Amino acid sequence: MSFTLEGVGFTHANGHRALAGVDLRVAAGERVALIGASGAGKTTLLRVLAASLRPGSGRVELLGSAPWDAAPRDLRRLRARIGVVHQAPPIPPRQRVVTAVLAGRLGQWPLWKSLASLVLPVDPEGARRELARLDLAERLYDRCDCLSGGQLQRVALARVLYQQPDLLLADEPVSAMDPALSELTVALLNDEARRRGVTLVASLHAVDLALRHFPRVVGVKDGAILFDLPAGQVSEALLRELYAAEGGLPLAGSPLPSPSPEAGPAAGTLPPLRCA
Amino acid sequence: MSATLRDPAALPRLGWTLTALMLLWPLLQLADFRPAALFEPGNLAAMGHFLAGFLPLETSPDFLALLGRATVDTLAMATAGIALAVLLAVPLGVVLTRSLSVSAIGPGRGGWVGQAVRGAARMLLAVLRGVPELVWALLFVRVFGLGPAAGVLALGITYGGMLGKVYGEILESTDARPARSLLEAGSGRLAALAYGLLPNAGQELLSYTVYRWECAVRASVVMGFVGAGGLGQLMDQSMKMLNGGEAATILATFLVLVLAADGASEALRRRMA
Amino acid sequence: MSRRAGVSGGAVLAVGLLLAAVAGSFAWLDMPLAALFTATAVEEAGGFVARFFPPDLSAGFLAKVAWAGLETLAISLLSTLLAALGGAVLALPAAGRHGLAGRHAARFVLNLLRSVPELVWATLMVLAAGLGPFAGTLALALHTTGVLGRLFAEALENSPPTPAEALAGGGAPALVTFLYGTLPLVAPQWLAYALYRWEMNIRMAAILGFVGAGGLGALLYYSLSLFQEAQASTVIIAMLAMAVAVDGASAWLRRRAGA
Repeated sequence: MSFTLEGVGFTHANGHRALAGVDLRVAAGERVALIGASGAGKTTLLRVLAASLRPGSGRVELLGSAPWDAAPRDLRRLRARIGVVHQAPPIPPRQRVVTAVLAGRLGQWPLWKSLASLVLPVDPEGARRELARLDLAERLYDRCDCLSGGQLQRVALARVLYQQPDLLLADEPVSAMDPALSELTVALLNDEARRRGVTLVASLHAVDLALRHFPRVVGVKDGAILFDLPAGQVSEALLRELYAAEGGLPLAGSPLPSPSPEAGPAAGTLPPLRCA
Repeated sequence: MSATLRDPAALPRLGWTLTALMLLWPLLQLADFRPAALFEPGNLAAMGHFLAGFLPLETSPDFLALLGRATVDTLAMATAGIALAVLLAVPLGVVLTRSLSVSAIGPGRGGWVGQAVRGAARMLLAVLRGVPELVWALLFVRVFGLGPAAGVLALGITYGGMLGKVYGEILESTDARPARSLLEAGSGRLAALAYGLLPNAGQELLSYTVYRWECAVRASVVMGFVGAGGLGQLMDQSMKMLNGGEAATILATFLVLVLAADGASEALRRRMA
Repeated sequence: MSRRAGVSGGAVLAVGLLLAAVAGSFAWLDMPLAALFTATAVEEAGGFVARFFPPDLSAGFLAKVAWAGLETLAISLLSTLLAALGGAVLALPAAGRHGLAGRHAARFVLNLLRSVPELVWATLMVLAAGLGPFAGTLALALHTTGVLGRLFAEALENSPPTPAEALAGGGAPALVTFLYGTLPLVAPQWLAYALYRWEMNIRMAAILGFVGAGGLGALLYYSLSLFQEAQASTVIIAMLAMAVAVDGASAWLRRRAGA
C-alpha cells in the first residue's frame, strides 16, 4: 500500500471546512488523477499526502509510516521520499537552473554535501540528465529569472524527477502551460511513474487530460470524495455533478484557471536580468 | 567532466573567494583583530568591575537633576541644530532645483551662470555634510569654547548639507510643470516654489526633516564626548571615573530617549502621510 | 489650490508648536548668537580658519595619515562584515521564523544594540578590549548589527515564503532550506543594505578615535589638542577623500551585484 487515508478531515483557521471524512487507499505504482472544481479541496488533500499538513481528524499512513506519530527526524526522512510538483514553481528567481534542480535531493543529502553544492554544483551531470528529458539541457547554468514561465515550470518538474521520490504528487502541474506542453508534461509524469514503479497522484483542472492519461480518477467535491473509479467508468453525468457549480467542463483547450493568490513568485513578474 | 558540463561560474567564484581571503588577512592585522583581548585578565577585571557597578542605578536627586538638565540640553541641541540646518538647506536646495531656474526658460543670458551657481552649491553641500558632525563640533569647541553652542552649530552645518542635498533631490523629482508654467507667466522663484512645487513635495520634505531630527537626537547624545554638552558629556565623565552606576543610568536614559525619538518621528511621519 | 485654501486649525497649531519648540531650544541653550557676529568674533574665527591652511603635506605626516586611513578602512570593513553576519543571525528569529517568543527577544536585542550610539559602544569597548582599532571595530559592529538586523528582518518578512516551504516540505533541514530557498530571494537587498551601512561606517570609523578607538580620529584629536591645525586639516581632507572613495566603491559593487 502506498498510502491510506481514513476519515481525514481538515478545517482552516477561518472556519472553512476543506476536507471532511476522506477515505482513500492507493497501492504502490498506481496512477491517480484528482479532478474537481476550484476550491473543492484538491490542494488540501495533496498537502495531507505530502505530509506537510496535519489533518484535524482521521488517520494518515504514508509509505508505510504514520507521519504525525513519527519523530521529527523520521518525518523529515519521509518527506524526502515524497516529491511535489507545485502549482507555481517555488524557485527563487536569482537561483541558477542547476542549483534549482539539485535542490530536489536536499532532503536526502548530508549537510556538507548541500553546502558544498552551493559553491560548486556537486552533480551537474544528474541535473543535466533530467533537464534533457524536458528539452532544457542547454539552460543548465542560466539563471532562473532568464527563463519563461513554461520553462521555469519545467525546471521545477526536473527538480522533482531528480529527487526520485517514492510518491510523486502534482498540484495542477500544467496550469501555466499551453495545451501541447500540458499533454507532454502529463505524459512524462506518467512515464516516470511507470518506469520507476512509483505512485503518482496529480490534481488536474483539465478533465480530458485526466481521463486520457490516468487509469484511476477521483472526483473531489466540497471536501469529500464524490467518486473513485477507473477512467473508463467516469460518466458524463458524474462529471456534470462534479462541476455543477462551474457550469461546463474544463478541458485542456479551455481558458485556464488563474493561479491561486497564494502562489509564489510567478516567473514573469521579474524583469530578466543579465541573461547572456 | 565534459566541456559543456563545466560550471562557467566556477573560476570567477574561485578568484573572488581568493581575493577576499587575501584582503581579509591584512584587514584583520590592521584592525588589530584579537578576540582574545576580550578575555585578558586585565580587561576582564576592568570590564567586570565596571559592569558590577551598574547596579544599583545611580538615583540620587542631585544626579537626577543633572541628568534631567543634560537630557533637555540634548533635545534642545537637536531641535536648534535642525532649525539652523533648515535655514541653511532651504536656499541651497532651491538653488539646486533646475525646475525653478528662470534662465533655463530663456531668452536671456545662457544657462551657464545658473549651472555654475548650481555646481558651486553642490560642492558646498558636499563639503558641509562630508565632514562628520563630531569633527565640526571638535572644531567649534576650539572657537566658541565648551558648551552646547558648538554642538548646535556642528549639527546645523552637517545636517544643513544633508537636508540641502535631499531637498534638492525631492524638488527635482517633483512634477515640474506647475512651477514651469508659473515661471513662464512671469512669477518669481519663491512664488513658483510655494504654489508650483510645495503642494506636491511638501509632505515628503517635512517627513524627511522629521526623520533627520530623529537622527539629530542620536547625534547630539554623543556631542558631549568632544565637550559640546548634553548627555554625552555626562557619560564621558562617568566613564572616566569608572562610575558604573551613573553610566548605567545614563545609558538607560539614552535608550529611552532614542526609542522615544524613534517613536515620535514615526508617529509624526505616519500622521503626515 | 484647494490644499492652500484648506489650511486647518490643526496645521496652524502644529506650526505654532514647532516654532515654540525651536525658540524654546535656543532660549534654553542660552546661545550667544549675537556675539558670534561681532567684529572680534568674526576676526577670531577667521584667524582660526586661516591656521588650517596650508595643510601639512610633509612626507612623514602623510605616511602617518595613510596608515591611520588604512586602519580606518579596515575598521569600517570588518565591522560591517561582522555586523552583516550578526544581523543575519538575529534577523531570522526577528522575522518570526522561530516563534513569537524568539521574535520578541530578537527584536529587543536589536533595539538595544541600535539605540546605543557607536561612540558610546566605543567607550565601553575600549574598557573591554583596550585602546586601539579592535575596540572601534567591535563598537561599530555592535551598533550596525542592530541596524542591519532590523533591515534584514524586514526584507525577510517581505520575501515570498513558498520556495523555502517547498524545500522544507521535501525534508531539507532548516539551514539548507534557508540557504537554498530564502537567501537567494533576500541576498540582493541584504547586500545593498550592508553596502549602504559601510558608507556610514567609514564616516563613523573616522571619528571613533576621539575616544581612543584607533584610526584617523585619534590623529585628528591629537593634532587639534596640540594646536597643529595644519595637520588637522590634512586629516580632515583624508576623511573626506575616504568617504567619497567608499561611496564610489559601494555604488560600483551594488551595480555589479545588480542590487
